[in-house]
Amino acid sequence: MAELTDLTITDALEGLEAGDFTAVELAQAHIDAGDSKKGLNAYIVDTPEIAIEQAKASDARRAAGKAKALDGIPIAVKDLFCTKGVQTTAASHILEGFVPEYESTVTANLFADGVVMLGKANLDEFAMGSANTTSYFGNVLNPWKRDDGKDLVPGGSSGGSASAVAARIAMGATGTDTGGSIRQPAAFCGITGMKPTYGRCSRWGTIAFASSLDQAGTFARTVEDNALLLASMAGHDPMDSTSADVAVPDFAAALKGDIKGLKVGIPKEYKVDGMPAEIEALWEAGIAMLKDAGAEAVEISLPHTQYALPTYYIIAPAECSSNLARYDGVKFGQRVENDDLTEMYEKTRAEGFGDEVKRRIMIGTYALSAGYYDAYYIKAQKVRRLIAQDFDEAYQQCDVILTPTAPSAAFAIGENEDDPIKMYLNDVFTVPASLAGLPGISVPAGLDKDGLPLGLQIIGKAWDEETVFKAAYALERAANFTAKP
Amino acid sequence: MDISDVLKVARLARIETSEAEAEKLLPQLNNILGWIEQLSEVDTDDVEPLANVVNMEAKLREDVVSDGGYAESVLKNAPEETQGFFVVPKVVEQEG
Repeated sequence: MAELTDLTITDALEGLEAGDFTAVELAQAHIDAGDSKKGLNAYIVDTPEIAIEQAKASDARRAAGKAKALDGIPIAVKDLFCTKGVQTTAASHILEGFVPEYESTVTANLFADGVVMLGKANLDEFAMGSANTTSYFGNVLNPWKRDDGKDLVPGGSSGGSASAVAARIAMGATGTDTGGSIRQPAAFCGITGMKPTYGRCSRWGTIAFASSLDQAGTFARTVEDNALLLASMAGHDPMDSTSADVAVPDFAAALKGDIKGLKVGIPKEYKVDGMPAEIEALWEAGIAMLKDAGAEAVEISLPHTQYALPTYYIIAPAECSSNLARYDGVKFGQRVENDDLTEMYEKTRAEGFGDEVKRRIMIGTYALSAGYYDAYYIKAQKVRRLIAQDFDEAYQQCDVILTPTAPSAAFAIGENEDDPIKMYLNDVFTVPASLAGLPGISVPAGLDKDGLPLGLQIIGKAWDEETVFKAAYALERAANFTAKP
Repeated sequence: MDISDVLKVARLARIETSEAEAEKLLPQLNNILGWIEQLSEVDTDDVEPLANVVNMEAKLREDVVSDGGYAESVLKNAPEETQGFFVVPKVVEQEG
């Protein structure tokens, strides 16, 4: 039998049910694997005691014939989800020592389905970054290596989640995606990551970055495993008024449908200047694979694509400057003592936040300040509507859209750090769908000349994750990506 | 932006920032703002701002108390608390 840590979630569920191994054995195998890969720094906090305790309860449920949908599956939880009784930091010094008194809805849903938590995964501070180099708790490494032997970034912001799943120290993971924070790290680490439609999962108990964009999603090594995790996480929650009161389909059942006649949009504006030839070739290969499976490729236009990143870099910082106002040294987290209240705030926030977070708060504060609100924030919201309308019009002609996930493979730690805008450009292909609230998945589809994974993204219509999963499953089968780090 | 703008924004954002730090931030912030400036090319004259991407009716609930009564939990992570209150540095001067 294959190593327990190499199994897919689907296979593990079968193995557990058949009695080939227990949930405790499965959890222990992942705990041991994690211990041997501490150097990746994928977790901020390991929770082996919780994992074993949950796994024992899982084995007892299965023995009693009461196993739940994901009973005994060990996963990593991005440290942006509040977990009752377990430190939750958003990878920020300002929240160091914060132990939530309540559980996020997403993790509560997963636990109710029998999932086992291995630890709290590292991330960019407050999910702001594309390389996982802004965490107060240190960089996360990508388990993949380039020939020059340099340490590579896992992408970000959900870098710890992606690294853990790729390194086989977790079977799946939760992530959040504001502008690409699931899809880009999934591509960099050679795994599959799904951001559902905005509103599909509750944001209750998820530490907020940009509330009109933040959406929880999944990481796993197969499309089917992502579908299983998402079905568990998703659903309406009275605690989040933006969580949609719509039925959650059986995503896994939708996968294996036929894609004959599916219209796949290829946006001409995504052929950006300076795109590496390998990325373009992979994109062409992806088009050919879907065509072979019976789909039809249609050229589409998303004319405002080039304005998506600057729009995002007004809206996300503006919302973050407002959301992060709560970190004031009074209600939770760190405080730098001072006799003057305002100075206490200022010193607490100066010490508690890292450079990138401060930069974004400053940009956002400026964009929302008197005299600039209309010129920046309202202007960005107007362009956001145009970007969303571009997608509406494109979907008159196609069912899904196929693009590269990121403009490069994983880069070395330190690269792209000299200029914030260079880092922001990593999200050029993922941000437009985020602004439009659309579901998107990244599927590993090939290796570059350095032997590093590259991903393709499938974007769907709002609330049509089923077609996204179905197209992704067809792409996964055709690409047959079997390389391991 | 100039240096006084940076210091003003830092004050609004309640982030202590020295002149030296502001000098360092100034070109970074101006670089980002300059890049964002390209949005001015887009004609948005008759476009309504988009605040919420999902067209959903805001849900209303019964106007009843449905939660609460656990001040201890709320205060559990406070840097300083006493008798059911958060403690902050004195903000109101006492007379006498």
